[in-house]
Amino acid sequence: MTQKREKSLIVVAGIIIGIIAAMLVVFGNPKNMGFCIACFLRDMSGAVGLHGAGAVQYIRPEIIGLVLGSFLMAMGKKEFSAKGGSAPMTRFVLAFFVMIGCLMFLGCPFRMILRLAGGDLNAILGLVGFVLGILVGVFFLKKGYTLKRTYKLPAVEGTWLPIIMVVLLVLLVVAPAFIKFSEAGAGPGALHASIIISLVAGLVVGALAQRTRLCMVGGIRDLVLFKETKLLLGFVAILVSALVCNLILNATQGGFFKLGFAEQAVAHVDGLWNLLGMLLVGFGCVLLGGCPLRQLILAGEGNGDSAITVVGLMVGAAFAHNFGLASSGAGPTANGKIAVIIGIVVVAIIGCVNTFGKKKA
Amino acid sequence: MKVIDARGLSCPEPVVLTSQAMASKEDAYQVLVDNNASKENVTRYAEHQGYKVAISEADGEYTLDITK
Repeated sequence: MTQKREKSLIVVAGIIIGIIAAMLVVFGNPKNMGFCIACFLRDMSGAVGLHGAGAVQYIRPEIIGLVLGSFLMAMGKKEFSAKGGSAPMTRFVLAFFVMIGCLMFLGCPFRMILRLAGGDLNAILGLVGFVLGILVGVFFLKKGYTLKRTYKLPAVEGTWLPIIMVVLLVLLVVAPAFIKFSEAGAGPGALHASIIISLVAGLVVGALAQRTRLCMVGGIRDLVLFKETKLLLGFVAILVSALVCNLILNATQGGFFKLGFAEQAVAHVDGLWNLLGMLLVGFGCVLLGGCPLRQLILAGEGNGDSAITVVGLMVGAAFAHNFGLASSGAGPTANGKIAVIIGIVVVAIIGCVNTFGKKKA
Repeated sequence: MKVIDARGLSCPEPVVLTSQAMASKEDAYQVLVDNNASKENVTRYAEHQGYKVAISEADGEYTLDITK
């Protein structure tokens, strides 16, 4: 009975999240980017000057809302618990390369779903890579991969990321000169819904994701590992919901659904590198225990290791733009391809060391 | 009875450990976890395998008594 309830809850949550994601584009977010955890963290890295790519600099209230929505929901449900100490630096490195993979593909797993829902068929190659990456990760899990245990920590340790998010919200609203915002027409960073709409959207989705444990990588992983479908239902519900919304919006306003490969919004057509980028993401996320969205939610619940993961994602994004690793609509860069290959190798080494290394340390 | 201490482990390790322990098809297991998500996941898995799960909580940690 409770299992049935869990499943209905995640489907309803997925439908609501799909609608919110589609509506954020109506209110001003870039196409197929109601949410993109990778893109938005990258924009935030740029806003605080960690990279200088003028096209992608903005403090995204959606991210702030996701963390705080999870934090408030966890507090309300007495699930907030400060913990950490499970290989934080390994998680930082994994997150760094997950971001490199995301920026090769141009989207996190969440945006991959939203790109599919907008008719962007390049995302199918991404999905294939994502599934392959998850399968490789599952191999390591079955062989005993672990980053060891977390331990209880003082409450303040689990509260840092929520606090940082509040500070970022203040910086967004006050907008001092040292915070960088993409100028109108400069690129995706300049496209955004109003602060209040984005923030509320983030809060609602953060709270829903906290309750349902929604995770883009967990769906396929659990299906392969345990024939468990709960998380996958959330994944599919978002896809179907956003797809239906996009089709309705396309019929009424136009511009919300374009089936094909060419000239998709914030996307490129290099299938091989879309695949390899998301392979790196799927593999890295399984070793991290969750997708970038899930890491934000866990960080809101007090998990310091997930907070470090979020920082790793932001630093990865900064490097990606400082060193020309991130793709653009024109396609991947040579540096980016090298970085993705290095990433796959590093993640594989992390997998091996924490699976076949000394047991029971 | 086999005791599986999955406290502090990330998703989905508690379920992986439980499923591997269940390969020996014993009648009773005890699983220790320290968060709600793991509690739900292990419970769901055990019930799928035809076990009954009794949960007790103390100080933020959960003991799952899993029986046939």
